[in-house]
Amino acid sequence: MAGTIHEQVTARWGGTAEDVALAHGTLALVIGAERLVEVARSLKDEFGFDMLLDITAVDWPERVPRFDVVYHFYTTRDFVRVRLKVRVPADAPAVDSLVALYRSAHYAERECHDMYGIDFRGNDDLRPLLLYEGFVGHPLRKDYPKDREQPLVPYRT
Amino acid sequence: MNRPAETRRAPPGLEFLTTKKDEFVGWARKFSLFPYPFVTACCAMEFMSVSSTLYDTDRFGAALPRFSPRQSDLLMVVGTITHKQAPVLRRVYEQMCEPKWVIAFGACATSGGFYQNYAALAGIDKIIPVDLYIPGCPPRPETVIDGIMKLQDRIAADRHPIVTETF
Repeated sequence: MAGTIHEQVTARWGGTAEDVALAHGTLALVIGAERLVEVARSLKDEFGFDMLLDITAVDWPERVPRFDVVYHFYTTRDFVRVRLKVRVPADAPAVDSLVALYRSAHYAERECHDMYGIDFRGNDDLRPLLLYEGFVGHPLRKDYPKDREQPLVPYRT
Repeated sequence: MNRPAETRRAPPGLEFLTTKKDEFVGWARKFSLFPYPFVTACCAMEFMSVSSTLYDTDRFGAALPRFSPRQSDLLMVVGTITHKQAPVLRRVYEQMCEPKWVIAFGACATSGGFYQNYAALAGIDKIIPVDLYIPGCPPRPETVIDGIMKLQDRIAADRHPIVTETF
């Protein structure tokens, strides 16, 4: 059952994907940023992927383009997962928002914006979710110093 | 049959006792610690354990948690404090009335524990004064009880000005 859904998705989108892999039972497609909304809509409408589980990113400091934005989809009909990866460059880390398709994308995109500084075009509420107002930088980027603190309360001396 | 009147009278010798004011107030205060549990993380499990029947902090008069800082005099910071949460902890501490004591419960509250990153505060003593540190990740209940008893000893030995600075 799992294989058939993965095969269908691969048949539909494998040709346009930059890379197709089956890792730990999850189909992973690397697609172009311009196709993200199109592929996500297809997964939702044609293949029944009704849950967007998470949006996160990976920072590859040495690589060009620098970031992977990673989307995890799940179908409660067939119990299958699909992972989409979109590569975005460091100078313009932006992808289209999926809020119109999945409401759960809202918080996930806010968190991803907090941690990696990815801009989600179409998400008009990218206020800090886990971080706080006034926090400078994006702490899960590799170039954020691991011991850099931005305290809200002045330290006792 | 009426009981004879003299047996209702207190036996001679216990009608008054002599002590020192600081010892008396300290003795009263050390057995009436009202903790405010500022519980944020996994240390809460050990806090529940030490509070409940088996280890029973009730024995030390430190049983009744007050969830208003204005009614409590022992701030127990149990767990990791993040920078985002630090203003809340500071506010809670400032709302508590004197006399007040602070216990840093566990490694995270003491020093940040194994966290050294953008999020975690490396020890609550960076923002509020701490009277007692309880080590452990999480601390054993015996460690916590030992800590409470040490704090009690310190309260008992402390000066307790109640009217002026000199009395």
